Amino acid sequence: MRDDLQFDGHGRLRHLLTIEGLPRQTLLDILNTAESFISVGEREIKKVPLMRGKTVVNLFFESSTRTRTTFEIAAKRLSADVINLAVAQSSTSKGETVLDTVRNLEAMHTDLFVVRHRESGAAHLIARHVPPHVHIVNAGDGRHAHPTQALLDMFTIRRHKGDFEKLRFAIVGDILHSRVARSQIHALTTLGAAEVRVIAPRTLLPMAVEKLGVHPYTDMRAGLHDVDVVLMLRLQRERMNGAFISSEQEYFNLYGLTQDKLERAKPDAIVMHPGPMNRGLEIDSAVADGPQSVILPQVTYGIAVRMAIMALIMGGAETATGGRRA
Amino acid sequence: MPQTNDIVDINATIAYMADELRPLLIRQPVMIGIHTGGVWVAERLHRLLELPDPLGTLDISFYRDDFTRVGVNPTVKTSNLPVNFEERHVVLVDDVLHTGRTIRAALNEIFDYGRPASVTLAVLLNRDGRELPIEAQIVGHHLKLKKHQHIKLLGPEPLQLEIQEAHD
Repeated sequence: MRDDLQFDGHGRLRHLLTIEGLPRQTLLDILNTAESFISVGEREIKKVPLMRGKTVVNLFFESSTRTRTTFEIAAKRLSADVINLAVAQSSTSKGETVLDTVRNLEAMHTDLFVVRHRESGAAHLIARHVPPHVHIVNAGDGRHAHPTQALLDMFTIRRHKGDFEKLRFAIVGDILHSRVARSQIHALTTLGAAEVRVIAPRTLLPMAVEKLGVHPYTDMRAGLHDVDVVLMLRLQRERMNGAFISSEQEYFNLYGLTQDKLERAKPDAIVMHPGPMNRGLEIDSAVADGPQSVILPQVTYGIAVRMAIMALIMGGAETATGGRRA
Repeated sequence: MPQTNDIVDINATIAYMADELRPLLIRQPVMIGIHTGGVWVAERLHRLLELPDPLGTLDISFYRDDFTRVGVNPTVKTSNLPVNFEERHVVLVDDVLHTGRTIRAALNEIFDYGRPASVTLAVLLNRDGRELPIEAQIVGHHLKLKKHQHIKLLGPEPLQLEIQEAHD
């Protein structure tokens, strides 16, 4: 399903709501632009004036520390003014609807909303109702999508492992509840990954997951065999309202990433995790802090990738027109 | 496409610019080229002058004043300033000085990296059409063009100038 809501009448990216339906070139444009933002974070004055005078509102209906912080740093490095709203504790508890909240903030001349909400489709709903000059970035909606996380994961993979077409991937853990997994799968298949596997107990695999173009495994050791990249997921205990796993100890024994299980993967395989980690549940500390882990670089890259996304969306994201005026 | 190589001998022009820059060597300058054409010219000047510090390169895409209109070009290069030029003399090199907006953006970016002691601007071609009070100290060649004409440096090997007729 192509999501045309994300593009304006000239085919330019206007909102980032989901990876699904985004052309390969759009993903590559974001990754390439992020490369040049990396250097901004390494210099004396970590700021460029692209979004000077623009207002970014981080609208978080669901709590988050890392994602909100990296969005805030990214917007500030683009010179935007940033307001953080944790709506969970404010107006919605007084009965205000999502759209009322957005309209009120819009009346304060906000240019870009970064939205996180526990309901799938919340960012789409808002995008459908904002005027053309207002932009939306989805920072996670329910079980549906978390496109900026998937893009920073792709950026990390490209930096550490190179060409997607030569690589085999395993996404491990709570596939069923994970918006990160869904966005990762769409991004990896769009970028031409050689093979994408998902590894989880049957209770945490969505029905007909094969239709997304992935190979499901319930045996972690078999699933990790010969992979180049291991993408771990957080076990989302807060979204589980039933018996999905029998016990945490058994889950760790079967699906926790230990050095022993990791040895089934290629010797130079990298290990990723979107955070926050449940150490000793889905990942062993020795692996999380070990030489194959790129979990902290992921956080650093997250800032550059989010800068690229906001800059491309706000600037009208014309694809590679080239040429600059002298 | 009309070529201007018959009016401008690029190699001779760059050699002339190097001669003009030579008196500045006593201040041990750091050279910075502006992507893309300015880097090509700077590479040659850097070689001719045998500067000891590595060449810096600047992509001013993030500092353009028309960002909200044209957006970010995803082919933007990374700025690479390997030398700390705090209190050093900087020679900034570009291919064509036209409106002056690129140089305005480049100066802003340079000052986000540090505070140079001075900045000298050297350009291969100085054309008419300035929109800002910016002038080059070292000019390879002066050129008068019609308003709708653009001049572009093609490269990197060989360097070639091309006049383009804009239809807008």
